[in-house]
Amino acid sequence: MRSLRGLHYSSVARISRCFVARWQGNVIRYISISINCLSGSRRFTDKHEWISVNENIGTVGISHHAQKSLGEIDFAQLPDVGAVLEKEVTCGALESVKAASEIFCPVSGKVIDKNASVEQTPRLINSSCYDKGWLFKVELTKPDELNRLMTESEYETFIKSGVYK
Amino acid sequence: MVVTKAARAAAEAAGRMARLLLRGRGDAAGAAEAATAGAAAAAAQSHNARANKMWSRALGSAARAEGPQRTPLYELHVAQGAKMVAFSGFLLPVAYAAQGIAASHLHTRSEACASLFDVSHMMQTEVRGKDAVEFMESLCTADLRGLPDNVSALTAFTDPITGGILDDLIVTKTTLGYLHVVSNASRRAEDQQIMLRAERAFAARGKCVRLRFFGAEERALLALQGPGAARALQPLTEVDVGQLRFMGSTLAEVAGAPARLTRCGYTGEDGVEVAVAADRAAHVAQALLDSAHADVRPAGLGARDSLRLEAGLCLYGNDIDHTTTPVEAGLTWIIGKRRREAADFPGAAVVLRQLREGPKRRRVGLRAVAGGPPFRAGARLFAEAEAAAAGAEAEPAGRVTSGCPSPTLGANIAMGYVRADLARPGTRLRAEVRGKAVVAEVVKMPFVPTRYYKMPSAK
Repeated sequence: MRSLRGLHYSSVARISRCFVARWQGNVIRYISISINCLSGSRRFTDKHEWISVNENIGTVGISHHAQKSLGEIDFAQLPDVGAVLEKEVTCGALESVKAASEIFCPVSGKVIDKNASVEQTPRLINSSCYDKGWLFKVELTKPDELNRLMTESEYETFIKSGVYK
Repeated sequence: MVVTKAARAAAEAAGRMARLLLRGRGDAAGAAEAATAGAAAAAAQSHNARANKMWSRALGSAARAEGPQRTPLYELHVAQGAKMVAFSGFLLPVAYAAQGIAASHLHTRSEACASLFDVSHMMQTEVRGKDAVEFMESLCTADLRGLPDNVSALTAFTDPITGGILDDLIVTKTTLGYLHVVSNASRRAEDQQIMLRAERAFAARGKCVRLRFFGAEERALLALQGPGAARALQPLTEVDVGQLRFMGSTLAEVAGAPARLTRCGYTGEDGVEVAVAADRAAHVAQALLDSAHADVRPAGLGARDSLRLEAGLCLYGNDIDHTTTPVEAGLTWIIGKRRREAADFPGAAVVLRQLREGPKRRRVGLRAVAGGPPFRAGARLFAEAEAAAAGAEAEPAGRVTSGCPSPTLGANIAMGYVRADLARPGTRLRAEVRGKAVVAEVVKMPFVPTRYYKMPSAK
């Protein structure tokens, strides 16, 4: 099983549900529920960012759909550590040959870390957008904002619909 | 992408007027209307393009079927997995599924490789009549009288009062009684107005000139570019490609279709542009893509832009426009020597004064000194020394007009205009990108050495 901090929170949840189905034990059921609570499944914005929250710290990145559409990223301008961000405000940019695309912060909070590896090697965003290509971490000031973001399946529906075009 | 209803309506109106003009021969009123609609559409499009940096732009916006026009290669693009965008009233590929823009760019410069671009959106014009040469010379800077048969020249329409560049174009002197002109899609309406107005003036003086404009529905234009271009082309044509010199032109059959081949391009590599009837274009394109003698792949507008920037070539609307003279743009060489001496091209007075006294600003190449974000069109430029001294109060010394990360060089490059005293290679400037300063150096262009075809010397 991958670490909880890494990608595939939803697959962690799926594995735990499998356990429930197979073993039908109360103890196992309890563990799977608590794994779900801890894992903080990924949420998505309509601007194709994802955020994954663990104990009020959100890790932010861009979705697979976004990295594919952008093409090879040559430069990542990330928000400075300590920056206080508002939801939906521009906080950085990702540059490809063709254009610069802004990064919008999914939630309000204070930036507590940014991914220096991505600044060094922007292509990590293309090759590992949910794992090594995370962009920055933010300490949430308004955790309720998470509820207004899309779940993974809602996001899948959203990109299939082509509504954002 | 934020395209306002007004902008879309303007673009559609321009498209309709342009199509009407092309089908019939067009008349004065039609030309004037098309010019206004076209200018409005072009302005709206370029405004949207500059202002829009949202995800949705990067993710592309599928154009509506009734808006932009399809080129004869539309089906082929879709079959090849192209991501299409609306550009100058046409639906064109920006990239294809099989290759990202950077990969496509690098492919175009690779040995035994070539890229095939659909440039059917560009306007093709034939100028006929015994006074055709005098007619075109009255509008542009080239010495067409002195141009040999079957040779092409890069030139510009210039403004008679300001000397500003109204469009850049290629004129080919054919042996068949006409001049073949290829000009920018984005200036279609303006160019038609310029030429039609002059045609009327010539007719009024009893001179003989006839214009024929070709739209994409009638004629296609394909650009085959790369070190493998000649190798891919030769088996498909009866002419000896080795004898077709750079900027030379000839009629030939390509994959059985009558075509005009011109050895020129917009990438800095060897290559040809193939003008062919619209109904044969897909067949010719497929034959080139299927070449067993070179790895030919389709390429789109994304790679086209980064390739031409590396080659130091201007994009009308960005690096040159009606406010830039050939002297400011560093394009004095497109003014024929005889034309300069005779001072008989539009705007000659202004241009010649700038040649004598020096222009106030110059187009330069810029290269980032130490990484940082790419600096793109619109970024302000400051002289390093002045910025250091005056800080936030410094006056901008210029502006970037095109920029991108260079796939070949692995560094950020750009073109822009700067105060003439800062135009010397080696000068350090600061580009302002999203509020931060990026240090760049003036460098000579082309950024990447060009590899235009050189005829093998006679033994």
